[in-house]
Amino acid sequence: MRRLNPSLVAGAVIVGIIVVMALVSFVWTPYDATFVDPSIRLAKPSWEHWFGTDKFGRDVLSQIMVGSRTTLFVGVVAVGVAAVIGVPLGILSAMVRRWPSEFIMRANDLLLAFPALLLAIMFGAVFGASTLTAMIAIGIASVPSFARVIRSGALQVMRTEYVLAARAAGRQPWPIAVRHVLPNVTSLITVQASVSFAIAVLAEAALSFLGFGTPPPTPSWGRMLQESQEFLFSAPRLAIFPGVAIAIAVLGFNLLGDGLRDRFDPKLEDRR
Amino acid sequence: MVLRLIERTGVLLVSLAVSSVLVFAFMAVLPGDPARVALGVNASDQAVAELRRQFGLDRPLTTQYVDWLGGLLHGDLGTSYVSKAEIGPQVFDRLQVTLWLVVAGMIIALLVAVPAGTVMAARHRKVSGLALSTVSQLGVAVPAFLAGILLIMVFAVKLGWLPANGWTPPAQDPAMFLKQLILPALALGLVQGAVLTRYVRSAVLDVLREDYLRTARAKGLRPFPALWRHGLRNAAVPVVTVLGLQLATLLIGAVVVERVFVIPGLGSLLLDGVSNRDLLLVQDVVMVLVIAVLLVNFLVDLLYVALDPRLRVGSR
Repeated sequence: MRRLNPSLVAGAVIVGIIVVMALVSFVWTPYDATFVDPSIRLAKPSWEHWFGTDKFGRDVLSQIMVGSRTTLFVGVVAVGVAAVIGVPLGILSAMVRRWPSEFIMRANDLLLAFPALLLAIMFGAVFGASTLTAMIAIGIASVPSFARVIRSGALQVMRTEYVLAARAAGRQPWPIAVRHVLPNVTSLITVQASVSFAIAVLAEAALSFLGFGTPPPTPSWGRMLQESQEFLFSAPRLAIFPGVAIAIAVLGFNLLGDGLRDRFDPKLEDRR
Repeated sequence: MVLRLIERTGVLLVSLAVSSVLVFAFMAVLPGDPARVALGVNASDQAVAELRRQFGLDRPLTTQYVDWLGGLLHGDLGTSYVSKAEIGPQVFDRLQVTLWLVVAGMIIALLVAVPAGTVMAARHRKVSGLALSTVSQLGVAVPAFLAGILLIMVFAVKLGWLPANGWTPPAQDPAMFLKQLILPALALGLVQGAVLTRYVRSAVLDVLREDYLRTARAKGLRPFPALWRHGLRNAAVPVVTVLGLQLATLLIGAVVVERVFVIPGLGSLLLDGVSNRDLLLVQDVVMVLVIAVLLVNFLVDLLYVALDPRLRVGSR
């Protein structure tokens, strides 16, 4: 039996916990995450409020739980946008002739000059800050890495005998892409999705911190951190809880990505 | 070598031209009317028309683009629609602040990553190597702004050793400049260092498996001297690639760190521009950042060739 990969297990457990927390928050949180109660503002952690309350008297644990929904939602949509554009681009550039392929990859490289944060700030300046603009910006900024990784995998698949046989049999490029190339790069897509998810979590937190992400009152870990800044002297825990949540989520997706990569390509395991 | 230089310069120029079109088009075409955006939705049509005429926004877009690009090439970034001040000097002043931060962050990242990554590779099956790997994995998960907040909590709030925020130009008070630079540079550098450490480790591990290193060891060199004399330059090529990408990340990451430490850099200027709805300022700062990222990538490409003579033969 194959030995369990520690990164994969640790990553899956962390991501699993976050997903469960997000799902549970739909039906139950200790308190209403947006309920303001000035009489208990900045309360310390207690049996009633495990993580204490913030400057508006809102329960921090409930906000962390609902914030995980925001994080996962932004991550899923951003990675979805990146995959929907990046995967076909990568496969296409592996299948077409040299010049069109070169053109696609040059355009792809150009996109690298527009990192997620910059794109999201541009989107925010033009359309106004919102979860939607943040998700789209993060997704578009993740397209180049998707396209590059999928292209390298697709190039290998294109050299295999079964693809050569399909081409010799007169199959058109489109069925070859869908029936032969795509199924063989799904492992790469999975790994890249996990890595991009970690990047999306970081970007969403940074954007919410700057005020370009999820607008209030919807709880978001990045904005919780931003709001905690004025209380670093008096209530540092307000920064600790969302900060730890962000770091654990990123760690989980990074570990999951590493673990999946090792699982799909055991030769790499020793390198990590 | 010369061919490669010409080719890369060509790619750089085309990339600069295309990205300038993209930035201009995005800011000029999509939002509708920058004058309306600058003055707000309640402004009268007359005031909007006056501002449009004053800043030449009533001209065709192609003319506006050519004017903007021409100005950019001459270092003239135009006049703010909102404050009516020249944008160029502001961007230049703020860029210097951001560059201090980025350079200091990069130095810290390298000081952390090269030794830690090398030790992690050389001892990759030992406890010390695994411990360092775990620490770097944790470091990668911490965003720079969170690292900044944690550093403020420890070194400014608890210990009171360093100021929590602020910026003093180096010419004005060098000691205070250094004190205020340390925490933001650490916030940027430690996180990037953690990312870079993993690449250094991977590159050094590759080199450790090479025949020439085995030969060096067989000649009697101890592991670290062998690695120092024969391995590090070979390991540098992939690391330089990541370093280039990271320099771009640092530049953008500085935007957030500047907000945490209340530093008047390019990032703060960009965010102020957005909140004041000063679209030309935003367009200029975005373009300057994109130019910086493209230039860094170009320099990294040239640095490959300097580091790896095999690339000079003509093959890419």
